[in-house]
Amino acid sequence: MKTEKQPTLSVALAIGVATALMAGCATDRSAYNPSPEVIKHAMAAFKRDFDAKGAAGLDRLNTDKLQDVCNATNSKPSPDMAAVVEREQEAAIKLPADGKFLGDWKAGEKLAQSGRGMTWKDKAGIPNGGNCYNCHQISPAELSYGTIGPSLLHFGKTRGNSPEIQKYAYSKIYNSKAFSACSAMPRFGHAGALTETQIKDLVALLLDPTSPVNK
Amino acid sequence: MKYRIAVLAALTAAWTGPVLAQAKDPTIAGIEKYREMLGDDNPAELYEARGEQLWKKKAGPKNASLEQCDLGLGPGVVKGAYVQTPRYYADADRVMDMETRINWCRMNLQGVSEADIRKRPFGSADKPSEIEDLLTYVVTASKGMKMNVPTDHPKEREAFQLGQAVFHMRAGPYDFSCATCHGEDNLRIRLQELPNLTKAEDAKRAYVGWPAYRVSTSRVHTMQWRINDCFRQQRLPEPRYMSEAVNAVITYMAQTGNGAEYKGPALKR
Repeated sequence: MKTEKQPTLSVALAIGVATALMAGCATDRSAYNPSPEVIKHAMAAFKRDFDAKGAAGLDRLNTDKLQDVCNATNSKPSPDMAAVVEREQEAAIKLPADGKFLGDWKAGEKLAQSGRGMTWKDKAGIPNGGNCYNCHQISPAELSYGTIGPSLLHFGKTRGNSPEIQKYAYSKIYNSKAFSACSAMPRFGHAGALTETQIKDLVALLLDPTSPVNK
Repeated sequence: MKYRIAVLAALTAAWTGPVLAQAKDPTIAGIEKYREMLGDDNPAELYEARGEQLWKKKAGPKNASLEQCDLGLGPGVVKGAYVQTPRYYADADRVMDMETRINWCRMNLQGVSEADIRKRPFGSADKPSEIEDLLTYVVTASKGMKMNVPTDHPKEREAFQLGQAVFHMRAGPYDFSCATCHGEDNLRIRLQELPNLTKAEDAKRAYVGWPAYRVSTSRVHTMQWRINDCFRQQRLPEPRYMSEAVNAVITYMAQTGNGAEYKGPALKR
């Protein structure tokens, strides 16, 4: 194991190069092990070939360190690298000032249903949806759910409703990358996509004993 | 439109029926049933007919038709051209998909300005864009042929590599890339199945699914539109129509899914 505490992006890129070299003899064209040059080329294409539209400004093409690490490793960072970025993401989580995590599960259900927000067609200033059912099974009554994320049915029933679990659920929705560096799930709180109140409502949907999720 | 009513009614039944965890099966069965019901009838035929007229009609500042357009198999050859795109075109010194290439001919043979081409590439149900008509005409002429996208030219390889990288690039407020939804097997958004476009089997099926007539929007959508809408849902800025980035992503998918039979414009919910 590496002894250094703060592997940098250049380490991630070096890993990318090594993997790319190893994959050089593979004939499978579906394998994707990007070299730094390939990433640079693609990023240049993004900046050259995209135009700002509506709420979607060109600033969205400016990747942050976490995205750089995931892009350099095809979302498979080494355990060391993952641990470093996970700690950084965790450190940036803002927990509710009042120390309360549970909101209104009914508002949470509505939020979980809504997939709107943040595209160039969406009007700015209207609250974003949680997009939850796009990827997760949640309440048993909703049969139209996606499978990109794990099922959350009986989330609280199987885990209880302790303060620790509440904090975990809040933190996970706020920034999933604090737990899994290159998770497919957006960092809803970190990115400013959902407000503190909205995240509390989603936590209630998952953990409130009266929520249909736990019936 | 009778197609629309019939298919929507049927799809609604499939979507709201008593579906269980494996809900995709009845839904897909529903879609297949309506495709079967329509047989070869696809409203895209209206686009094809209009597209053929446009192809042969003298237009633009140069008052020329598109009949001498070289789609890759020589001037004037339409049949079989679509299944060999995207490809490198020496005269333009770049890789283009068929939509970009037809527009290139409109600019170069007819003298249509690039600004005019870019003004309204994606039409509406009431008013399709000319490129949607033209493309539907050209692709239909390859019906029944196998996708045989060339991969040997250095620029074609380069386009594949760039497209693959753009496809996997995570960015924006949600950290999404194309691969977030289309990089693993057997995933769904809600009940919509997501092809894994990094693998030949799914890419084959998905690639020949465009352009498509969508019942829910009552119009033909092109692959350039499809890529545009994917980036919209990724919460990213808008990819420029016909740009290298968009053509590279299309090239990546086309080369990954090479070899499928092209059955003509698809019909989708």
